[in-house]
Amino acid sequence: MSLLTAIILVPLLTALGLVFVPRNLRFGVRLIALASSALTLLLALVLFAGYDSAAAVDGFKFVQQIPWVESLGISYHVGVDGINLGLVVMGAIVAFAAACCSWEINRYEKEFYILLMVMTGGILGAFASLDLFFFYFFHELALVPTFIMIGVWGRGERKNYATFQITLYLSVGALLALAGLIALYLQSGANTFNIVQLTAHLKDQPLPAKAQQFIFPLLLFGFGILVSLWPFHTWAPLGYGSAPTATAMLHAGVLKKFGLYGLLRVALPLMPEAAQQWVAIIAALALGNILYCGLVAIRQRDLNLLIGNSSVAHMGFCFLGLASLSLIGVSGAVLVMVAHGLLAALTFGLSGYLHAHAGTLQMDQFGGLLRRMPFIGAAMVMAMLAGCGLPGFANFAGEVMVLFGAWKSFSWVVVFAAWGALVIGAVYMLRAVRNLLHGPLPEKWAALPDANLWRKLPFALLLGALLVLGFWPRLLTEKISASASGIVEMSNAGPERLLLKKPLRPLPVRSTAKTASQPKAAE
Amino acid sequence: MNTSLIVLEIAVVLLGLGVLLADLWLPAERRRALGLAAAFGVMMVLCYSFRLDASVPQFAFGQSYVFDALALFFKRFFLFAAVLVLVMSVEFSDSFHGGASEFYALVLFALAGMMFAASAGGFVLLFVSLELITVTFYVLVSFQRHRAQSLEAGVKYLILGALSSGFLVYGIALVFGAGGTMDFAQLQQKLAANHELAHKPILLAGLLLVLVGLGFKIAAFPFQIWAPDVYQGAPAPTTAFLAVGSKAAGIVLLLRLLQGAVPDVAQHWEKLLMVMSGVTILYGSLCAIPQRGLKRLLGYSSIASAGYLLLGFAAMSRAGSVAILYYLGGYLFTVLAAFAVLCVVLRQADSDDISALAGLGQRSPLLAAALTMAMVSLAGIPPLAGFFGKFLLLKAVVEAGADNPAFYWLLAVALVGVVISLYYCFGVIRAIYWSKNTADTSAIEISMPLRASLYACIAGMLYLGLFPRAAVDAAALAVNVLKL
Repeated sequence: MSLLTAIILVPLLTALGLVFVPRNLRFGVRLIALASSALTLLLALVLFAGYDSAAAVDGFKFVQQIPWVESLGISYHVGVDGINLGLVVMGAIVAFAAACCSWEINRYEKEFYILLMVMTGGILGAFASLDLFFFYFFHELALVPTFIMIGVWGRGERKNYATFQITLYLSVGALLALAGLIALYLQSGANTFNIVQLTAHLKDQPLPAKAQQFIFPLLLFGFGILVSLWPFHTWAPLGYGSAPTATAMLHAGVLKKFGLYGLLRVALPLMPEAAQQWVAIIAALALGNILYCGLVAIRQRDLNLLIGNSSVAHMGFCFLGLASLSLIGVSGAVLVMVAHGLLAALTFGLSGYLHAHAGTLQMDQFGGLLRRMPFIGAAMVMAMLAGCGLPGFANFAGEVMVLFGAWKSFSWVVVFAAWGALVIGAVYMLRAVRNLLHGPLPEKWAALPDANLWRKLPFALLLGALLVLGFWPRLLTEKISASASGIVEMSNAGPERLLLKKPLRPLPVRSTAKTASQPKAAE
Repeated sequence: MNTSLIVLEIAVVLLGLGVLLADLWLPAERRRALGLAAAFGVMMVLCYSFRLDASVPQFAFGQSYVFDALALFFKRFFLFAAVLVLVMSVEFSDSFHGGASEFYALVLFALAGMMFAASAGGFVLLFVSLELITVTFYVLVSFQRHRAQSLEAGVKYLILGALSSGFLVYGIALVFGAGGTMDFAQLQQKLAANHELAHKPILLAGLLLVLVGLGFKIAAFPFQIWAPDVYQGAPAPTTAFLAVGSKAAGIVLLLRLLQGAVPDVAQHWEKLLMVMSGVTILYGSLCAIPQRGLKRLLGYSSIASAGYLLLGFAAMSRAGSVAILYYLGGYLFTVLAAFAVLCVVLRQADSDDISALAGLGQRSPLLAAALTMAMVSLAGIPPLAGFFGKFLLLKAVVEAGADNPAFYWLLAVALVGVVISLYYCFGVIRAIYWSKNTADTSAIEISMPLRASLYACIAGMLYLGLFPRAAVDAAALAVNVLKL
C-alpha cells in the first residue's frame, strides 16, 4: 500500500470506526479524531520528506493504481508530483488544526467528528487522485459534509440561507465540472479517466478545437464557482461566516483549492487552444476578485465576513497566475494556493476562537484585545500582515511570483492587482487590527481568556508553516516548477504546433525553468 | 416446447398456491410464519436462478417467451425485491386486520407476472404479464379495507390502470394490424427489411399508445398523476413493491420493445423521449420539495427516478442501457431500504408525516443509518450506489450529445434535478437526526428477518457504489441481447 493511500484511508477508516463508538464518550470521540488527524499529518510529513523530484516515475511518486471498472477505464490511481505534494501536506496540516479547533462543538459531537473525518479523507483523496473519476468522487465526498456541517452546527441568524446558498452554488459548480470531465473523457477517445494517460494521449492527438471550445468553459466555470471566481463568489463570505470554525478552515483553506487544482491539472494542459482564448477573460475576472472583493472587504464590520471576502480576493492571485501560462506565474499560483490555505485556516481559526469566547465578531464592539490576549492578538496581527503580503510570509513569495509571471501578458492587470493587494489589502487588514486589538478595552471583554498551551498549538503550527515557506519558498517552488514546466509547455502549445507538429519553439518561460533548476543540478 | 425454461415462474406460482392452501389449515396465530416461509421459498428460487445459464437465448411458446441474459438479470432483481417485500409485509401484517396470507400470495402472483414480463418476447406476453401485475396490485393497494385512504388509492389506481390498459391493447391491435405479427423478433426483422413500414402512421400510432401504457407503469410524465396518491394510500410493503417491481417491469418491457423490437422507430423518437425524460425529472424533483408525507415524498422521487431512467432510453446506446440496468440495481437496494424503515416507523407512529422520524437516530441507530444511506444514495452522493448510477446515465447522455447537441440541454435539466434531490433528501436526514421536538424516545424493536434485510440493503448500496465492476459487467452482458 502506498503511503498516499494510507494518508487517505486513515481519516476515512476513523470515520467508519467512530460510528461504533458510543455517543456519550464525548471526550473519547474527540481524542480519536485528534489522534487520527495527527497520524495523517505525520504521514503527510513523511511523504514530504520522502519526495524526491528526480526519482519520480512519469513525474509522479508514491503511485498506486488499482483497476476499478476496467470497461470504463476507471481506476483508483493516486500519486504526487511537485504540484499536489504541497497541497496534500497543507491539507493534512489544516485538517489537524481544524480538529484541534473543534472544541467549540458541544452538541452531536460524534456526528460532527465523523463528518470532519470524511471531509478530511475526501479532501486528501481529491488532491492525490490521478484519475478524473476519483478526483471528482473524493471532492464530492468532502463537499457534502460541508453542507451538513454548516446547516447543523453553523452560527448566526442567516445560517439557513447561507446553507441553502452554498449548497446550491457548489452543487451547480461541481456538476458543471462533472459534465465537463465526462465530455473530456468521451471526446478524448482514449477511454480512460487516468489523468496521466489522458495527458499523454492528448499531447499526441489534441482535442478538436470545437470540442475544446465547449468543454473548457464548462470546466472553467464549474471549477471557477468552486473557487469563488468573481462574479460567482457570493456564496463564500456568507457561507464561511456561518460555518463552524473547523469547516470554514477546511473548506476555505483546502477544499476550495480543488477548483484551481483542476484547472491547472486538467483544463489548461489538455485544452491548450481554448485555454489561450480564455486566459484574457480569466485574468479580467481575477482582477474582479482582487479589486471588487477587496473593496467589499473594506466595508465589512463583521470579522468573519471580512476574512471571507479577503479570502475570495486572494483567489484572484491564483487565477491570475494560472492565466499567465508562464512557469513563474503558475508556480506562484500553486504557492499562493498552499500559503493561502494555511492563512485562511489560521484566520478562521482565530476568529473562531474569538467568537467562541465573545459570542460576536462585530469589530466595532471590540478594542484593546491585545492586552487581554497577547498570543491570539499577536497571531492575528501576523495573520493580517501575511494577508496583505508582507515579506517573510509564504503569501508574499507566491504573490510576487504571480505578479512577475503575469507581467508579460497582462501588464495592466498586474498594475491593478499589485495596487489592490498592497493598498486595499492593507486598508482592511490594518483597520481590522486597529479595531480589534488596539484602543481602549471595553469593560465587557475584560474577562476574555488568552489561549492556553493546547489551544495555541494549531495556530502556532499554521504560523510556523507560513513562516517556513515564507523564508524558504524553495522548499516548494523547486518541486513545483519541476512538475509545472510540462503543464506550462502543453498549455502554451499553439494551434500551429498542433496542426503541423512542428517542434516547440523555445518559449521565454523555458529559460526561467532552466535557471530555476540549474542551482539544483549544481548541488 | 421447452417447459424447463419457465421453471422459476412455475416455482413461484406453486409457492403462491401453497401459501393459499396452507392458510386453510394453519391456526391464525401461526400465519405470521407463513410470510417468512414464503420469503424463504422465494430466496431458494433466487438461489436456484444462479444455477441457470442464459448465455444463449432460448425460446418457449413459439417466440413469445424468451429466456436470455436480460431476462435472467431482471428475474433475479424481482426475486430479490420480493424477498424483502415479503419480510416487510410480515412486519406490517398487524395493520391488515386479517387476510395477511392472501397478501403474501398476491405478492407472489405479482412476482410471477413481473418475471414473465422480464421474458416477454412478444405483445401477447407483454400484455398478459402486465395485466397479471396490475390486477394483483389493485387488490394489494386497497388491502387495508378499514382505511379510506387505502381504498381511495385502490380506486384511483384501478381507474387509471384500466385506462392505460385500454390504451395498451388498442396500441397492440394497431401494431398487429400494421405489422402482422405479435412477436418482437419478427417485427424487428420486418422493420429492418421494409423501411416503408417504419413510417406507417398506423404502426407509429400503435407504438405510441403502447408507450402510453408502459409510461403509466413507470410513472413517467405525463402519466405520472396516479403515483403520489397511490404511493401515499397503499400499505407500505405494497408501495415498496410498486416502486421497485412494477417500475422495473415497465422498464424491462420498454427495453424489449424500444431497443429490441423497434429500434429503428425508437431512434426517431429521440426528441419525444428527451422531452419526457426532462419533464419527468423536473416534475418529480420540484414536486418533492414541499412534501411532508414520507411515502408521498418517495412517490415523487420515484417519478424523478423514472425520468433518470428515461435518460438512458433517450440516449439509445449500449452505454445508456447498461446505465439503466445499473441504476435500477442501485435503486432496488435504496428504495427497499427506505421502505423497510418506513414500515417499522409507520407501524409505530400511525402517521407518515416526516416528523414521525424525529429522534429516530436515538431510538434505533440501525433504522436511522439505513434510511440515511438510502437518502444519500437517492441524492446521488458518493460512495453509494446512486452516485455511480447517475454518473453512468449522465455519461450516456453526454455521449449522445456528440451527435445531437439537444442532449446538452437534457443534461442541464438532469443536473438541476440532481441539485434539487439533494435538497429534499437532506430534509429527511435532518428530520432523523436534528429534530427539535422528540416526543417518544423509546427504543424500537426490529425483528430478526427485517434486520437482516436492512443489512442486505446497506451492503448492496455500499457494494454497488464501491465495487461497481461486477454489476456493470453483468449489465453489459444483459444488454447484449438488445438490438443496439
